[in-house]
Amino acid sequence: MRLLTARLLLGLALGTALILTGCDRRVEGRTSDKRITIQYWEKWTGFEDDAMQAVVDDFNRSQDRIFVKKLTVSQIDRKLMLAAAGGDPPDVAGLWSHTLPDFSEKGALTPLDKLAQQSGVKREDYIPVIWDLCRHRGFLWGLPTTPASVALHWNKQMFREAGLDPDRPPRSLDELDAMNDRLTVVDIERAGKTERVRFLSLTDAERQAKKFRLVQVGHLPQEPGWWMQMWGYWFGGDLWDGDRQITANSPENIAAFAWLRQHAEKFGVDNLRSFGASFGNFASPQSPYLSGKVAMVLQGVWMYNFIDKFAPHLEWAAAPFPAKDPERFPQVTIVESDVLVIPKGARHPREAFEFIRYVNTQKPMEKLCLGHRKFTALAEVSPEFIKSHPNPFITTFIELAKSPHARYVPRLSIWQEYKDEVAVAVDRVQALMSSPAAALDQVQQRMQWKFDRVLRRWDTVGNERVKEWSDYDAR
Amino acid sequence: MTRGERRNLWIGLAFISPWIVGFLAFTVYPVAASVYYSFCDYDVLTKPIWVGTLNYRDMLTDRVFWQSLGNTFYFAAFALPLGLIISLLAAVLLNQSVRGRPVFRAIFFLPSLIPVVAASMVWLWILNGSFGLLNQALEWLHIRGPQWVADPKWTKPSLILMSLWACGNTVVIYLAALQDVPRSLYESAEIDGASAWVKFRHITIPMISPVIYFNLIMGIIGSLQVFAQAYVFFSGGGGPNRSALFYAVYLFQNAFEYRQMGYACAMAWVLFLIILALTWAATRSTRKLIFYAGE
Repeated sequence: MRLLTARLLLGLALGTALILTGCDRRVEGRTSDKRITIQYWEKWTGFEDDAMQAVVDDFNRSQDRIFVKKLTVSQIDRKLMLAAAGGDPPDVAGLWSHTLPDFSEKGALTPLDKLAQQSGVKREDYIPVIWDLCRHRGFLWGLPTTPASVALHWNKQMFREAGLDPDRPPRSLDELDAMNDRLTVVDIERAGKTERVRFLSLTDAERQAKKFRLVQVGHLPQEPGWWMQMWGYWFGGDLWDGDRQITANSPENIAAFAWLRQHAEKFGVDNLRSFGASFGNFASPQSPYLSGKVAMVLQGVWMYNFIDKFAPHLEWAAAPFPAKDPERFPQVTIVESDVLVIPKGARHPREAFEFIRYVNTQKPMEKLCLGHRKFTALAEVSPEFIKSHPNPFITTFIELAKSPHARYVPRLSIWQEYKDEVAVAVDRVQALMSSPAAALDQVQQRMQWKFDRVLRRWDTVGNERVKEWSDYDAR
Repeated sequence: MTRGERRNLWIGLAFISPWIVGFLAFTVYPVAASVYYSFCDYDVLTKPIWVGTLNYRDMLTDRVFWQSLGNTFYFAAFALPLGLIISLLAAVLLNQSVRGRPVFRAIFFLPSLIPVVAASMVWLWILNGSFGLLNQALEWLHIRGPQWVADPKWTKPSLILMSLWACGNTVVIYLAALQDVPRSLYESAEIDGASAWVKFRHITIPMISPVIYFNLIMGIIGSLQVFAQAYVFFSGGGGPNRSALFYAVYLFQNAFEYRQMGYACAMAWVLFLIILALTWAATRSTRKLIFYAGE
């Protein structure tokens, strides 16, 4: 009987061991025709996924050594982080350029400098700002897939109805504000009757009392509100000094926040809240720009897809979003890009880079970006690409990306926190609970404290990390 | 222990070994590790760096920490007593012999069956400032409803309201207790001419006091850990001006968005101590008020 017990225990122990080790079973991935399998995680779905799949298929056909297997993964940043931490990441993954600082500093990525050098990939091949987006702390962490810049999108019909020239966008922020008054329409009670009038025609007393309901607005900085932290760029400001100092409360950022506050003062906090509550989802015909509730928005090159899908009859155009001082800062924009990275611990970094390199040659890149209806990250663009591009304003977005005033998300590993912190400041300023300076002082103080913590950590591990990165050589 | 007993013990242990392994690997180890990590600068990906009590000291000066703690106590201070009272009232009403009683009971219990995420999505629409059902109803009464989820003043009341709607579980527990109160007590009270209120106050409440106590403790634990509703309502953020940033949401942000796992672990332990202290305080202060029939 004792034997039985021992056997039972042994069996259970073995079973447990098998279950536990099974999780870490590393398959030497090869296809039946002996090609090395590259696991590729990407975030895209729908037509964006189709475009990438076509490029992957082309690559798989173009040679007989490597086979790329693409898998769509939601919340890819979170899952990739965990996969890298667990030591079993894919060979290639599609991230966003603004996540590179965090991922690279935490040691989740493979530096690509040597691989790029060996295969002759260099800065001159790219739109300069996009190359810079792929770098952090002096190393290259990814190569672009589909970049994007943002621009003013306006509704021509609403311009016409307001008596504005539909083909002439505002050229300065002051002009945009003046147009805003003309484009904004309100319902107001006058002598017991509800009248629909333009904001411009309200008397001073009516503007003061704010007893009206917003029907449509010319421009609202919080619509869609995805870059609220970066309005300072249009005032010549910055969010950090590029070294050890956060600059949230710079005079330029305070000026930008004063501009945000103006909207709340002009239209009324509660009026704006109920107007905002009437908006449908962004990806629906009820979204405020597509349904003609907001005439001018800051939006990215992808907006064309949503117009095409949800409001194909919208009369629209795109131009650079005007700066406060357009003489000094013409063509301000924010550029970000989807990027391909090789996570740390990837099994086939060389083969993975070969695929990334392939995507970054002109033909596949143009195929992919045309599929996404974006522009390409490469400096050289074929005339066919522009000619066959469905977005009539694609050259505007390309020019913006090439502009010396093309800006991007600050390369900080604490960006997520910084962003959340500024969002609170925006809330406070737009609810007239705080002055722009006071709100930004709070951001400054808190983020500098957080950033100092990051720097303290970097100061202890930085040298070791940099050495590790410079010594890295792919198998 | 005889040989047979020892053998039985081993066989018994072998049979429950999957559970023991699971308990050790997925409960004991993570809990123990979180104590260690709470004293480290740890981002999950790289090696933890020992920083002593820095995370705990940081909490003292982190105003967002205090704000999230304040929000959570605000929520608990209203949601918990209101929830206890309303569900007790509902249970008493559902205990009356009226026609269609099972139907009413089912209706009151239904909200607890709906997943929190789905319920939150529906409530977002009910509370919508422009098209929401709640504000429409208020309009009939000539009250202009607030912007429930957009106005920082109203975000916490919105979440409290929703929590009261889903009190079916508590109601069921009360109902079970109410049905356990011996009829004879009521009958003798009636003979002595006791009114309905006197019977409720002096018979019902003492007889179900252990269940009220149970609901109180579960309520303290649940309301201080409130997470899902707030997370869904404000897409992972804390709502306008962080007015609905609850402790658990801020903890989650630190752990999985800001990747400050060390700080998050420290926060988790502080929350554990707070809940422990409150439970202990509740137990002590209600000791004399609870009547156990068996004693």
